[in-house]
Amino acid sequence: MKKSLFFGTLAAASALAGFASADTLADIKARGELLCGTNTGLTGFAAPDANGVYQGFDVAVCKAIAAAVLGDATKVRYVPTTGETRFTALASGEVDLLVRNSTWTFTRDTDLKFDFVAVNYYDGQGFMVKKDLGVSSAKELDGATVCIQTGTTTELNLADFFKANNISYTPVNVADDSEAQRQYVAGACDAYTTDASGLAATRATLPDAENHIILPEIISKEPLGPVVRHGDNNWGDIVRWTFYALVAAEELGITSANVNEIGTSTVNPEIRRILGTEGDMGAMMGLDAEWAKRAIAANGNYGEIFAANIGESTPIGLARGLNAQWTQGGLMYAPPFR
Amino acid sequence: MAYAGGVPKPGFRPSMLIYDTRYRSLTIQLIVLVLFAFGVSWLINNVIVNLAAKDRTFDYGFLWNRAGYDINQTLIPYTNDSTHGRALFVGLVNTLVVAALGCFLATVLGVIIGVLRLSQNWLIGRLMTVYVEVFRNIPLLLWILLSFVILTETTPSPRDFRVTDEMIAAGQAPAARMFLNDSVAITNRGMNVPAPLFRRSLGMAGIGEFQISLNFLAIFAVIGASAIVNRRMVRRARAIQEETGVRPVTWWKSLLLLFVPVIALLLALGFHLEYPRMTRFNFSGGIEVLHSFTALLVALVLYTAAFIAEIVRAGIMAIPRGQTEAAFALGLRPGRTMNLIILPQALRVIIPPLISQYLNLTKNTSLAIAVSYMDLRGTLGGVTLNQTGKELESMLLMMLIYLTISLMISSVMNIYNAAVGLKER
Repeated sequence: MKKSLFFGTLAAASALAGFASADTLADIKARGELLCGTNTGLTGFAAPDANGVYQGFDVAVCKAIAAAVLGDATKVRYVPTTGETRFTALASGEVDLLVRNSTWTFTRDTDLKFDFVAVNYYDGQGFMVKKDLGVSSAKELDGATVCIQTGTTTELNLADFFKANNISYTPVNVADDSEAQRQYVAGACDAYTTDASGLAATRATLPDAENHIILPEIISKEPLGPVVRHGDNNWGDIVRWTFYALVAAEELGITSANVNEIGTSTVNPEIRRILGTEGDMGAMMGLDAEWAKRAIAANGNYGEIFAANIGESTPIGLARGLNAQWTQGGLMYAPPFR
Repeated sequence: MAYAGGVPKPGFRPSMLIYDTRYRSLTIQLIVLVLFAFGVSWLINNVIVNLAAKDRTFDYGFLWNRAGYDINQTLIPYTNDSTHGRALFVGLVNTLVVAALGCFLATVLGVIIGVLRLSQNWLIGRLMTVYVEVFRNIPLLLWILLSFVILTETTPSPRDFRVTDEMIAAGQAPAARMFLNDSVAITNRGMNVPAPLFRRSLGMAGIGEFQISLNFLAIFAVIGASAIVNRRMVRRARAIQEETGVRPVTWWKSLLLLFVPVIALLLALGFHLEYPRMTRFNFSGGIEVLHSFTALLVALVLYTAAFIAEIVRAGIMAIPRGQTEAAFALGLRPGRTMNLIILPQALRVIIPPLISQYLNLTKNTSLAIAVSYMDLRGTLGGVTLNQTGKELESMLLMMLIYLTISLMISSVMNIYNAAVGLKER
C-alpha cells in the first residue's frame, strides 16, 4: 500500500513529464488548438465574460498568437491556473504558454527552466486598504494584517519591504485571488497586496470601489509577460515576435481598422515587412507571410488592447505609465523587424 | 511391494513448476515479483530521463537556503531569514498541534455522542442521529470553509474595539467589548487571550535550533509529581477502607497536594499574565489564536466525532445485553454500568477502527490551506514548493512525512490496543 502510493506518484509525475515535447509548433498545428495558461479570473487581464468566454489583456496575447499560428483567434483553450499550479502546468506541457501576470525573475528564468520571452505589462507591487483606516502610506502599516496570494513573488517582496522599513506585519497566505478578496472585504486583513494592476482590477470589481485606496508605494519591479518552456527556441521566437508585432503596430500606426489595406497602400518598408507584403518573415519561424497581419487583426495593436481591457476608459482605469511606447516616455520598445 | 515399480521416481522436472500444485503458486509469485520490479524500475527510469530532459536535478539542497517569506503562526522561533527546512518544521508543528488536539477532542465528543445515541431518551437519541448523519455526509472541506466564514464574518473587526478621545468626550461606548474582565478579545482575525509570562524565568534549554522552555518543563514536572503522590495517597486510603471499612477523609489532602506545589512554583517563577492591548491595527501582546486554526480544528473535530460516535455505538452494541442485565442485577446504576462494565469491554471493538479515524483526521489537516492555515502543506508543499520550484522533491518529502506521522500514530495505538485487549491467563 505504502509502496504503491509512492510509485503511483512517480508514475503520475513521469506521465505528466512525458507530454512535454520539443516541437511545440507542430504539436499545436496537429492539435488545431493553442493551450494558453491564464489566470483563474482577474478582471481586465483574464476573466470569463457574461457568455463564459475568456476576455482580457493577457487573453488578447493568447488570441493574437492563435491567430498567427492557426489563423483563427478563437482556437484557444484557456487553462485557468492558480499562482501555485501555473509553473507546474507549463513545465509538464499541460499548456503551450503561460500568460498569467507572471513576474520575470532570475530564478524562474534559470532554475525553473523557463523563458520569459517578452514583457507585456510593467508592473509593481502595491497595497490596497480601506479608506477609513486612515492610512496614506505603506510605511504606516506597522502591525497590520496583510493578505497575500500564496505562491507569488509578492510574499518575498512583502517580507523584504517590512524588514527594510523595520516594521512588522502578520501575513495571511491565501490560496487564490477570490478568497483573498473575500477576506479583505470581510476585514480579516487590513491590507491586500499584489501587483498594482491586479489591485486596480480587484478594486474595480468591489461594489464600493470609492471606499478603497491604493497606496502610493510601489515596493517592487514586476515585469509581467508570456512564459514558455526552455528548449524550444522557435516556439519562444513565435511568442516573442507575435507580441512585438502588436507593439510595433502601435508605434507604426497599424490598427485593427486599417490592417487589411495599409500593407499595400503604405510605402513604409517596415510596415510592409511586418504585414507580409514584402519579403517573407513568417517563413523564418515556420509560419506563413501573413502571420502578423492576422495577429494584429485579432484584437488590434498593443495600444488598442490596452485601451479596450484595462485602459482609462474601462472600470479598471489604468494609465499607460511605464507601458506607453518608448516614443511617449514609456518602456514598450519593439526591436526592429528587419 | 509388488506395486513399487509402478510408483514414479521422485524427482524434479521443469514442467512441475506449472503442473504441480506444490510449486505452482511459487512460480506465479516469482513472475509477479519480476513484473513488479520491472514496472518500478521503468517508473524510476522514466523520472530520471524526464528530469534530465528538462535539465532539472533532484536534490534537497534548497532546504538549507533562506526561505524569505513569513508565516503567521510560528510555535517555534522563525523569521524570514530562517531556512526552508526551518519553515518545514514550523508547518509540521502546526500540523501536529491541530492533529493532536483534533484527535483528543474528537474522541471526547465522539464517545459522548455515541453513548447518547443509544440513550433511552427519544429526543436525545434522535438528535444525536441527526448530528451523525449531517456531519458525516457532508464533505469536510465545506465544514472547514463554513466554520471559517462564520468566525470571520460574524465577529467584530479590531477597529471596533478602539476608544478614541472623541468617544470618551461624547460618552460613547466602543462598538465591541473584550470579555472576561478585558482579558479576551475576539476579532474577525482571531481570539486574543492573555499570555503567561515569568519574571524570574529559568530560560530555555535544548540542542541547537530546538529549544524548549524550562519554565513549562518545571511546571509539568511538578504537576506530574503531585498527581503521582496524590494517587498513592488515594490508594492508601482505599487499602485502609478495605481493611477497616472506614475511609479516611482525603479531599483536603488531595487539594493541598495538587495545587499548593504548583502555585508555589508559579509564585517563585514570578508568574503573571500579559493582557492583549489594542494597537494601531491589531491587538498586540498576549497570544493570538488565529481563526484559521480554530475553524480547522472545529470542523475536523465535528466531522471526525460523527464517525467516532458510530464506532463507539457499534462497540457498545457488540457487548451482549446479558452484561447490562447482570450489572443491573448486581444493583449498579446505568452510569456505572456503562463506565465499569460496558465501555471497558467495548474498547476492544472500538480501538482498531478508531486508529483509522485518527489517521484520517491527521491527513485531513492538509486541507488547511483552504482557510490560510500554514500547516506542512502550506509551508513545504505551498510556499516553499512555489518559491523553489522543486515540486517532485517537496511532494515526495511531504508524503514521507505524512507517512511517518501516520505510522507512528498507528504503532502507538496498536500498543494501546494490545494493552486493552483480552488478557488470557
